Amino acid sequence: MVSGGKFLQAVHFKGVIMTFFFQSLLSGLLTGGVYALAGIGMSVVFGVMNISNFAHGDLMMLGMYMAYFAFTLLHIDPYLSLLLIIPTAFLFGFLIEKVFIHRIIHHPHQNQILLTIGLGLIMSNTALLAFTSDPKILTTSYSSSAVTIFGGISLSVPLLLSFVITCLITGILFLFLSKTTTGLALWATSQNREAAQLMGINVSKMSAIAFGLGTALAATAGALIAPTYYIHPMAGHTFLLKAFTICVLGGLGSVVGAGVGGVIIGVVESMSSTYLSSDWKDVVVFIIFLGVLLFRPQGLFGKKGEQ
Amino acid sequence: MLNIQNLNAGYGEMPVLRNITITLAEKEIVAVVGSNGAGKSTMLKAISGLIKYTGKITYNNESLHSLPAHTIVQRGIVHVPEGRKIFPEMSVVENLIMGGFLYQKDRKVNMERVFTLFPKLADRRNQLGGTMSGGEQQMLAIGRGLMGNPKLLLLDEPSLGLSPLFTEVVFSAIETINNSGVSVLLVEQNVYQSLKISNRGYVIETGSIVLTGTGEELLNNQDVKKAFLGM
Repeated sequence: MVSGGKFLQAVHFKGVIMTFFFQSLLSGLLTGGVYALAGIGMSVVFGVMNISNFAHGDLMMLGMYMAYFAFTLLHIDPYLSLLLIIPTAFLFGFLIEKVFIHRIIHHPHQNQILLTIGLGLIMSNTALLAFTSDPKILTTSYSSSAVTIFGGISLSVPLLLSFVITCLITGILFLFLSKTTTGLALWATSQNREAAQLMGINVSKMSAIAFGLGTALAATAGALIAPTYYIHPMAGHTFLLKAFTICVLGGLGSVVGAGVGGVIIGVVESMSSTYLSSDWKDVVVFIIFLGVLLFRPQGLFGKKGEQ
Repeated sequence: MLNIQNLNAGYGEMPVLRNITITLAEKEIVAVVGSNGAGKSTMLKAISGLIKYTGKITYNNESLHSLPAHTIVQRGIVHVPEGRKIFPEMSVVENLIMGGFLYQKDRKVNMERVFTLFPKLADRRNQLGGTMSGGEQQMLAIGRGLMGNPKLLLLDEPSLGLSPLFTEVVFSAIETINNSGVSVLLVEQNVYQSLKISNRGYVIETGSIVLTGTGEELLNNQDVKKAFLGM
């Protein structure tokens, strides 16, 4: 009897450990999906334009505010507001490219970095001026609700919704890039800009579309995490580093790589919060970042010999 | 059809082309031959709008100066670049679709025409461009160019690095294309083969035209024989 009780206790203990593990894995996966979206946006811009967009995080921050104000002022659900945010952000990105970025597209990388960092600073400081540094919280009726699956793993409803929408958007993006002529032209431009010009593709227009797409994806990622995150003007900085890490991990310019990289970073963060401490999660992420740079600088899906 | 007058071009401070003057009439094959580094590719890049230049390039009496490259393609000048420059991550069919970017309505007819000219491409229609051999990539590059409904085809070293067998295929394809009414400006190091199929030719040396004549005249020229044909 005694040993039987111990056995049951052990089984129960094992069960708890497993639940713990899967809980952590699944929440990592869900957050990772949104990271992937941010990473894919950065990757599209890098692939087509060969520019590292250091304003990417701030564009995400703008997405967060857009979702916040759509909710508080217009009473539109944050997920529904994407229908408004995506075209607005696309247009915004398209214009930024036409006004600023296209001037430095053939310049050295350091000029491009300075310009995009500058644009990012203007965005975050404008947000600081307009919305103050007080963090805002977007609370929906389902913000803290969760569903329980497999008898013990609870998943937050907003994260789950974000993940579903992420999958949907990624799917649409893939169809766009591989099936439509404009999408193929974007992809062709990213493979060989000069050859694309010789096909009669207007590569300056493709750059503007790519930057519009990147901005729309960043803003979408921002809007998707808005219900589960503090919204403040400097929120973009954390996400810029994450998006950059994801791109490097997946291989700069690779859309598939960024998708996979995002999910990996999400899971790694969640696992290290569970098993080490949440203070350590960024450390683990950057150890991976450095490891990739040291041992596989072209990233998981990048090709050898690329910069 | 194409008129180049006193063309000067270069990269940065380095001049590559000096006072190039070349003409090409409708339905002609004109070869520009010369050794590596003579400036042949630079000339084609100037025509297709990829680089800046001084001098005059007119096409059907219309100046092409400072037009963006994609608008020059719209006029019917299609440039098949040196080194193929096919899209490595795209399949044969996707590469051809990109070639026909401006003429999506003609896509089906043009693709059939390319597959008739190069049956090998039809067999490999789903293969990724980057995984094909040099010869197959060259066929794809020419086929991709044909998808753009060229009136004037600029071919940059189509036989570079090809086996004799593929070289034959490529040169006979160029003749077929020309017979269908497309003018061809052919830049080559393979002097014998290219002069043989050309109406007229120019010899370019360190950025200047040093000799011109019909294909046959140039093939029989003592200097050409000595410099390029090893005779």
